[in-house]
Amino acid sequence: MAVKWLPRWFFQLASPRWCYQITGMLIPWFAVVSITLVVLGTIWGLAFAPADYQQGNSFRIIYLHVPAAILAQSFYMLMALAGAIGLIWKMKVADMVAKSVAPIGASLAVLALLTGAIWGKPTWGSWWVWDARLTSMLVLLFLYLGVIALNSAIESETTAGQATAVLSLVGLVNIPIIKYSVEWWNTLHQPASFKLTEKPAMPPEMWVPLLVMVIGFYTLFGLALMLRLRNEILQRERRASWVRDLLSVKA
Amino acid sequence: MSNQQTSFAKLFVHTFKRDLVLAFRRKSELVNPLIFFLIVVTLFPIGVSPEPQFLAELAPGLLWVAALLSTLLSMESLFKADFDDGSLEQLLLSPQPLFMVVLAKVSAHWLMSGLALTLVAPVLAVMLFLPAEGMPGLMLSLLLGTPTLSLIGAIGAALTVGLRRGGVLISLLVLPLYIPVLIFGSSAVQAAITGLPLGGYFALLGALLALALALAPLATGAALRISVSG
Amino acid sequence: MSTELLSARSLFCERDDRILFEGLDLTLNTGEILQIEGRNGSGKTTLLRILSGLSSHFEGELYWQGEVMGEVQEAYLADLVYIGHLPGVSGQLTAEENLRWHCALHPSLDIEKIDYAIGQVGLRGFEDLPAYQLSAGQKRRIALARLYMSEAKLWILDEPFTAIDKVGVAAKEALMLKHLSCGGSVILTTHQDMSDHMPVRTLSLGEPQEIGDE
Repeated sequence: MAVKWLPRWFFQLASPRWCYQITGMLIPWFAVVSITLVVLGTIWGLAFAPADYQQGNSFRIIYLHVPAAILAQSFYMLMALAGAIGLIWKMKVADMVAKSVAPIGASLAVLALLTGAIWGKPTWGSWWVWDARLTSMLVLLFLYLGVIALNSAIESETTAGQATAVLSLVGLVNIPIIKYSVEWWNTLHQPASFKLTEKPAMPPEMWVPLLVMVIGFYTLFGLALMLRLRNEILQRERRASWVRDLLSVKA
Repeated sequence: MSNQQTSFAKLFVHTFKRDLVLAFRRKSELVNPLIFFLIVVTLFPIGVSPEPQFLAELAPGLLWVAALLSTLLSMESLFKADFDDGSLEQLLLSPQPLFMVVLAKVSAHWLMSGLALTLVAPVLAVMLFLPAEGMPGLMLSLLLGTPTLSLIGAIGAALTVGLRRGGVLISLLVLPLYIPVLIFGSSAVQAAITGLPLGGYFALLGALLALALALAPLATGAALRISVSG
Repeated sequence: MSTELLSARSLFCERDDRILFEGLDLTLNTGEILQIEGRNGSGKTTLLRILSGLSSHFEGELYWQGEVMGEVQEAYLADLVYIGHLPGVSGQLTAEENLRWHCALHPSLDIEKIDYAIGQVGLRGFEDLPAYQLSAGQKRRIALARLYMSEAKLWILDEPFTAIDKVGVAAKEALMLKHLSCGGSVILTTHQDMSDHMPVRTLSLGEPQEIGDE
């Protein structure tokens, strides 16, 4: 399908070979930037940001929890978007992106849940509380697991890509509804509970390192995504001549 | 009415009737979800506690969860037989809109599962000592909520229809999507017991139903094409 | 004068790392039978499913009466009868009920013709039995009864004569000839030999190739 308003590089991305080359060039840059940001953010957040007046030092897990939670959500969106592109333009690379992003997103959701639980112990006195955000994150993890399970259950790669794209789009429509309903359910059952992250006006000494961590996480897991994607490209295109040439040169 | 509209209506009615006839000829599929509903509800007094006060407190959520699970159980068969005998291929090759056929099939399915569950629910509610004030809330919330469950479940059924072991997978795909309906449905019953106004709950359940009616058949149709194509 | 009905340009299809066909061109004119030949696993069924629009796992273009398929999909489906490996007959329904639903799916079909079609395929007397009580050949005939009702231009038939006896095959050949004389066309696969007087053109699919072995 020829669409004029889309730039040419968009369609060039459709070529696995081109995509492999461009990610190969980007990876070193992403590696340097992400490691710098994450190390900087971690040291800043753990050692230099002021302690919270209510929670003391235990709040510092926020520098892991919040970036993980944000990324888990945006990676789901990325997965659905890539799936939609794969469906509409029959673009192989988009399918591969969607497939590569799912396990990363699921791991991020697990990380967000774990850090939430660790944070919960000193704050609430128990490892798990049915807090609205944690519950939504748990449901998001379920959505990821459903997508991964469906993808691995279907043998044909093309069919698997299309089916998971439909599922992740359905999930995307549902995420705001789930979020809203869970929040509503939460206020119904535990009115005026203490919220983890909704603090009035965090001072800049606290949120600047958080921002650094969020951007660091984006680049770090963008890097992880590219590595997985390249792997997937090689695996699926293993019979194409350029992959064979590449492998024989390396061997 | 234009010619085309009459043929759409005919298609809907025909498919609807066909699926009802099929359901009545395979009686087990008709009764099994209801028996499942009954058994799941029975497990709780046995497994947890038969004390009336405790059961009454548990009843709204328990009835909703059980209804949700039995709907889910019945979903797998929605397209399975048609897939196995090739009727699904014929259906996809119809020049008529797939949306109507899917809607007709889901409606027939709901009549056999969701509506039947709604009608049986009061009996089980009595066994669980649900206060009488909660009954209208229970019935109405199930009436508004179960069609949404069927519509969403159809997407899962369509995605897994070509797989040999689709049974557990469909629950994995669909259950997370059922959460909003469960929340609003069981809250409506709880509100009915405490005598709070119910309008808001029904409006929310109705909104979910409207959204599902508009979007779920599209997703189901796309999923069917993908499953048959693979 | 025969005109072009269905055509395909440079079809490419791969399955399980094997190229079933590559750069396949195909044209079907009115009044013509095209028989797809090839060994088991050469992609005959896959090709028929691609042509019918059931499968989207291919690259290349399809044209219906000279127009790009995607733009005339509905008109194409209205003019198509597809009978695949699976008969598309629901076991719990009788022959008549099965055909009635088929009429609902294809509004151009005349519901009055069901009775005639059932008589033509020799199922008179079996109308009231659910299809699962019929033999494989009889089930197949319910599917073939669609041909007697249809006025569609194109028939795509995947092994239509499986489990059909000699008399039945002769009747189907006569039906096809009549269909051709009305300007229709047929694409089919079959392992049985068709009679010599049938105007059959064949298209052979080669052996599938392992990808990258060239």
